Amino acid sequence: MSHFLKNKAAIAGIGLTEFSKKSGVSELSLAAQATLAACQDAGLHPSAIDGFVSYTLDSTDEIELARAVGAGDLKLFTKVNYGGGAAVGTILHAVMAVATGVADNVICYRAMNGRSGQRMGQGISGQIVSSDLVHWSWYMPYGMLTPGSWIAMIANKYMQHYGVTAEDLGRVAISQRNYAQSNPRSFFHGKPLTMEDYLASKMIADPLRLYDFCQETDGGCAILVTSAERARDLQQKPAIIRGVVQASTRGQEQMTSYYRDELDSLPEMEMAARLVYEQSGLGPNDINAACLYDAFTSEVIMQLESFGFCGRGEGKDMVREGALDIDGRLPNNTHGGLLSEAYIHGMNSIAEGARLVRGTSTSQPEGVEHVLVSSGVGVPTGALILGRD
Amino acid sequence: MTQSFRMKPPMGEDNGWWWQQAAEGNLAIQRCTACSTLRHPPRPMCGECQSLEWDHVVASGRGTLDSFTILHHPQFPGFDYPLIIILVQLEEGTRITSQLINCSEDTVEFGMPVEMVMHEDPDGFRLPMFQPVRGANA
Repeated sequence: MSHFLKNKAAIAGIGLTEFSKKSGVSELSLAAQATLAACQDAGLHPSAIDGFVSYTLDSTDEIELARAVGAGDLKLFTKVNYGGGAAVGTILHAVMAVATGVADNVICYRAMNGRSGQRMGQGISGQIVSSDLVHWSWYMPYGMLTPGSWIAMIANKYMQHYGVTAEDLGRVAISQRNYAQSNPRSFFHGKPLTMEDYLASKMIADPLRLYDFCQETDGGCAILVTSAERARDLQQKPAIIRGVVQASTRGQEQMTSYYRDELDSLPEMEMAARLVYEQSGLGPNDINAACLYDAFTSEVIMQLESFGFCGRGEGKDMVREGALDIDGRLPNNTHGGLLSEAYIHGMNSIAEGARLVRGTSTSQPEGVEHVLVSSGVGVPTGALILGRD
Repeated sequence: MTQSFRMKPPMGEDNGWWWQQAAEGNLAIQRCTACSTLRHPPRPMCGECQSLEWDHVVASGRGTLDSFTILHHPQFPGFDYPLIIILVQLEEGTRITSQLINCSEDTVEFGMPVEMVMHEDPDGFRLPMFQPVRGANA
């Protein structure tokens, strides 16, 4: 039986602002610019937008954005939790609304002054005792205040267990940096990376070096989701949503799931894989390219295993074979990713997924039929499969 | 009282008791009184049997290193870098995240036996840390 959400909706428009280290404008302005760009990309007036979905971490509320862009009456407004884990979750909420007739044209957005404004990993403090604050308080008194420190604990265990080397992480960083060379939006455009540079880069949270970390970026990105039917009448080739899911597993914590049986796999990503393959009726062999969430290089290697592109512990072998490169088995993060293009919390990777389906990536592989996009790693997450119409 | 650099945990109903135990010198592990399952970090309900009733046991403080990371940057005021952060498998079966002290970064390794030492900040705040078991794997 076909899944209810399969093929019901499509990405009809993508919109980006300029990416920089200092935007000089408000986050609301970035969100509005990205939204307008997504509408123009689709050929739809902003007054046709009747739904907005964003991240709980986003400072721009839905109605502020609606007034700014002159949207119509809103039938859907919601935000998804857990940082970058929200990324494709925003698409799921939009698809559910579109497929059920709750809303017609939904904008998913993320806009952040991620470098010049509130930076990630600056720690938390406050007087209110929420369950979330109590969670972080098991780590922050010990000086674990940054995403790198939380992820390194899992990365180290994984690397030790499977013999993953610093060079393997470097290969991921270099592959994505190579893609950045043909993408003018990319922060690292014109700045290639050698293995020597990689290995010489500053150790931050052992085993993670500077170039294992994503960017900090000022910028916005918006994705316009509408019905597959309507998308066919708009001006871009639709990226049909074959499957989209959220996933959080037993024992899940935000970033620090240290108390589950296994420390060297990503159970929530394996769950996302199972669900998204089930919904789409597709499997790893049907996926031609990917945008695997890459706040850190180690996460990319682990996800190759989670999504069944190889067996447990074989992610490093795929990387060594060049699988992630343009002529490899699974060209990955062809925009440069969060590591080399920009860190818009994964929203920019959904935009790249749509480009890959349209055939308009700045590093477009041959014959892309289906693209896999994932949300944040180490947090409640999700997965999305886009397909050519 | 001396001002401390350390970010203090908020003391709520679900976690304040654990820090009180630490203040008294104990490494506590929450225990469901209905099904006896140990759990850490503490939570108000048992995920196994849904009981709201719990007490705690005092851990021996002995365990082994399940994983670790050595933090170099960014450097927050008050902490000594490189800072060795560890995940300890306690012999009671639960894990705890903590700091390894009295150990150089070159000698930390997976599986090494460690023991709890109750660290006290100048302002009197106490939190469990760990050190290598002396004479172990020598």
